Amino acid sequence: MLRFTVNGTEVALHDVPPGESLLTALRERCGLRGTKNACEQGECGSCLVALDGRTACSCLVPAHQVHGHEVTTIEGLSPDNGELDTVQQAFLDCGAVQCGFCTPGLVVAVHDLLAHHPDPTTEQTREALAGNLCRCTGYHGIFDAVALAAQRRKDVPR
Amino acid sequence: MSIAPERPRTAADPGVGVGGAAARPDGPAKVRGEFEFSSDLHVPGMLHGATVRSPHPHARIRGIDTSRALAIRGVLTVVTADDVAGTNRFGLERRDQPVLADGLVRYVGEPVAVVAATSPATARRAAEAVVVDFEVLDAITDAETATAPGTAELHPGGNLVRHLRLRHGDPVPDDPGLVRVSGEYHVGMQDQAFLGPESCLAEPTAGGGIHLRCSTQWLHIDRDQLAAALGLPPEQLHLTLAGVGGAFGGREDLSVQAHAALLALRTGRPVAMSYPRRESFVGHVHRHPARMRYTHTATRDGRLLAVEADILLDGGAYASTSPAVVGNAGCFAAGPYAVPSVHVDARVVYTNNPPCGAMRGFGAIQVCFAYESQMDELARVLGMDPVELRLRNAVTTGSTIATGQTVDGPAPVAELLERVAARPPAPPRTDGAPTVRGVGYGLSIKNICKSAGVDDYGTARVRLFLRPDGRPAVQVQTAASEVGQGLVTVQQQIVRTELGVADVGFLPTDTTVGDAGTASASRQTWMSGGAVQQACHRVRDELLTRAATRTGHPRDDLRLQDGAVHTPTGAIPLAELIDDAVDETAVFRHRTTSPLDEEGQGDAHVAYAFAAHRVTVDVDAELGTVEVVEVACAQDVGKAINPLGVAGQMHGGIVQGLGLAIMEEIQVRDGRILNPGFTDYLIPTAADVGAHHLDILEHLRPDSPYGLTGVGEPPMLSVPAAVAAAVRRATGAAIHRVPIRPQDLTATADVPG
Amino acid sequence: MDQHYFRPTSLSDALALRSERPSATVVAGGTDVMVAVNEGRRRLDEVIDLGDVAELGGWDLDGDRVRVGATLPLTRVTDELAAHLPALAAAARLVGSPPIRHRATLGGNIATASPAGDTLLPMLAGDSSIEVASVRGIREVRSDEFFLGPGRTVLAPDELITAVRATTARGEAFAKTGTRRAMVISVAAAAVRIDPERRHLGVALGSVAPTPRRARTAEAFGARELDWSARTAPDEGWWAELGRRAASDTAPIDDLRGTADHRRRVTAVLVARCARQAWSRTC
Repeated sequence: MLRFTVNGTEVALHDVPPGESLLTALRERCGLRGTKNACEQGECGSCLVALDGRTACSCLVPAHQVHGHEVTTIEGLSPDNGELDTVQQAFLDCGAVQCGFCTPGLVVAVHDLLAHHPDPTTEQTREALAGNLCRCTGYHGIFDAVALAAQRRKDVPR
Repeated sequence: MSIAPERPRTAADPGVGVGGAAARPDGPAKVRGEFEFSSDLHVPGMLHGATVRSPHPHARIRGIDTSRALAIRGVLTVVTADDVAGTNRFGLERRDQPVLADGLVRYVGEPVAVVAATSPATARRAAEAVVVDFEVLDAITDAETATAPGTAELHPGGNLVRHLRLRHGDPVPDDPGLVRVSGEYHVGMQDQAFLGPESCLAEPTAGGGIHLRCSTQWLHIDRDQLAAALGLPPEQLHLTLAGVGGAFGGREDLSVQAHAALLALRTGRPVAMSYPRRESFVGHVHRHPARMRYTHTATRDGRLLAVEADILLDGGAYASTSPAVVGNAGCFAAGPYAVPSVHVDARVVYTNNPPCGAMRGFGAIQVCFAYESQMDELARVLGMDPVELRLRNAVTTGSTIATGQTVDGPAPVAELLERVAARPPAPPRTDGAPTVRGVGYGLSIKNICKSAGVDDYGTARVRLFLRPDGRPAVQVQTAASEVGQGLVTVQQQIVRTELGVADVGFLPTDTTVGDAGTASASRQTWMSGGAVQQACHRVRDELLTRAATRTGHPRDDLRLQDGAVHTPTGAIPLAELIDDAVDETAVFRHRTTSPLDEEGQGDAHVAYAFAAHRVTVDVDAELGTVEVVEVACAQDVGKAINPLGVAGQMHGGIVQGLGLAIMEEIQVRDGRILNPGFTDYLIPTAADVGAHHLDILEHLRPDSPYGLTGVGEPPMLSVPAAVAAAVRRATGAAIHRVPIRPQDLTATADVPG
Repeated sequence: MDQHYFRPTSLSDALALRSERPSATVVAGGTDVMVAVNEGRRRLDEVIDLGDVAELGGWDLDGDRVRVGATLPLTRVTDELAAHLPALAAAARLVGSPPIRHRATLGGNIATASPAGDTLLPMLAGDSSIEVASVRGIREVRSDEFFLGPGRTVLAPDELITAVRATTARGEAFAKTGTRRAMVISVAAAAVRIDPERRHLGVALGSVAPTPRRARTAEAFGARELDWSARTAPDEGWWAELGRRAASDTAPIDDLRGTADHRRRVTAVLVARCARQAWSRTC
């Protein structure tokens, strides 16, 4: 049996093959489809989750590897009341969302970035997000969203 | 004319109408991960489809043995061409492509059979277990020889898909006083590389039909092609748009739709299909690779006299939109310049390479790289500033383009170029990197909306009703695809502006409402936006009629404003007029166009859009790497319905152009794609895009809703040309192809090997 | 725990498992193995996952010797080892993307044995050795003797990679080039270490041969010509010559990422640049 914590809740999965990815387990077994599958090669970042507090491409994590560990998905970053958190709101305000397929992974990545660099420079932002491909926005709306979220977090300490 | 602010930073509050930076209605669900994309669809008991594909570029199918696949536990059916009940052909302009190969395969990856099983893994395993007996045939993989005498014909009628012959003005006689420059240019095969994979869910309906939820750019043309292939009347097919993870042209053609529908009909169960990335690379069409030979003739003071172009596009195995793509390549071969004599032969041919079709820029971007490269070369030969040469020849309103059509809308080409040229230069580097800086310019022209006599229209339904709490609200319904471009946002804004109702929602985007046409050709805000506006006008007219009846005032004395009907004796809130919902549908058409004649002349286009770029690069000539420092883009959008959305289109278009300029190319050898994945098909990352400066101009058009012009494609078009110019300027290298590869820059460098 | 997926928590348990199950796939970060699994090129029937073996996940310093555990994630290699092994830290920083580097490990990079394995070059240039262990004991293998071909190493079926053993240095540098500015597989890469105390010049090259390799001709030229005692900086032409010698040590191929000719040319450039930078860091 495979047991781990996802978004604060303990889950137990049975009969997970050794080669099944965390991405597949989250989407197909846990019903958490906010984590997206776009390449399964670790190249696009659409499947990012936080694993023990740092981002990971869930497509490249064997599901069994998270036994006893903590996973946070986009669902876990979204406030329960249907509202948006600072990063999510900044994405909307800055036009950082178009088709939205890359968005959940980017929101996860920006949380990680701001946790380690509360006031990131342009270079830090670009380096931190280089593993998240976006085909619609040209990234500039996303850069703006990072800056706006950082600013708002300073204005309203969390 | 007004100038929108450079870049709206934050979306305004909800409720904003036309011209405001409204936030996306689907945004909250998208940032929370709750938006349901087509690859997220699931229902209890659904099956999963997988595709058996040809490993050969050209082969005859001698037999298909499905017995091993069917023996696998969990496999329900395997479907081949024999099971296609209708006409086994689809295609956007010519129905030349089999839903499942019947007797012949013409490209690597062509679908031969489809399998349904209880899990995706089982379906994939079963697909691998289908044994196809192929007799391998010689493949035509070089477009240059595809139409040579004696070459096998891939389709009845031969391998020439279309030859656009364009003759405009009289040839310019040889004169030693004139300057001629010639060059040959190449553009590689680009992929749309949308992130959401091709995917859908097909469910059998009680009446023997199918309800298909899918990602597409055009529901109705999917439906019509499916009806023909499945042998069902169109009414039996209900198509609903599922969440679309980007499109860029790559979702115009059918992919999973017919296959999933076939499997669902056969099994009587819901069937989901979703391509892995590797399969996506063979699952949709690509941008046509191009070979273009040009000669420009000009006076010594830089007036263009003639442009001659010979253009060859590789259409691959099936026609898709090739005829229209080559039409654009031919019509815009001379660019946004007034040229008295234009002589173009533009051909697109069938080969056994991957099929090519629609992608943002659609034929216009290939020739833009060539004609702008020619303009730079001409400037060099003339010793003239490349900006000055362009300004001297730029079209203006009233100019005639190569098709003989007069540009009757706004054509601020010179202004756009002057604006990017007048920007302060990008700041110098401070990190001491061993690079050389270069600056290059590009201008472009592109048609907006469908061309050449197509009866193109949009349909919208607008329903004004009362919520249970008594507040008025609107539901909009169209079949127009929201692919990420923000069409739903502008539809809301239009309703708010027209009806003064802030609460605007949507009914499903599906085929129960009339055809909206395609989300391409930068046309949907114009066409479906126009239809929504007209439907709102009908709703308004009905409200005024009701108010007139109630008050006895003549209708002409009434007006709708701020959510109330104003009469000479006071305002009536909408709530009092809509105890019965007002439900109106409108069809919107743009002005008519006509086909080109045998000389390539005619008023074929609805409108033209223009953009200018200035690109600054730093080149590490020893390593052959190009760093994009800055892109300045000025674009005339007519009216920015949503400035935030316009900026998003511009940033995104610029970056796709950068990709084509320096990294994106599907490499094909012997008909096979060598790099079908994001490890080796590289698209720009956040670290590759440089700084952007946007300049959004609003020259209102007289003939479009709110004066708008389509915005999706122009910001991409002249980026590759401007990058190439900047790299030439930095290094002196001769650049005749995009993408520019590092090895193209180091091959001539003075570094011994 | 499922019987086909083993998560030992001590090295001795891991070695015992490895000895019993030599055909099992060893996984650390998973970032290479899972790419192959997802593409259907590899099946995982039995897995030994080293992620919970704490002994393998850290690093320690003893004088000028560093021992870097095989499962130390590349993010930590970059963040924690820059002062001791600057080229290794730099190479680790250029692998994949941040989420990849959070999971990927040095041991995984070694085991994958890609000719384009960026972190391998500083090991070769710095004369590092690779520590491997089995129930039979521990041995150290010179890094330049570890790799046999793409995906092939001297690792025995019952062995696990446990650490990299290196000597600290200031005078080293790493550089790579590719078509994109981030998240790109190297078209060519180089690492150079210059250690005047030990009179050591190490040059290692990536993506220009079936394995990462030492540039022996360049190293011999450099060791002979460098003015070790006076420490006079060579001129530009000398660095370029060192690069040219390194280019002659390559055996590149044409592939979809670049031509052999391009790889030779940029190898010369990367080596010259790395060597100049490494030298300047020694001063």
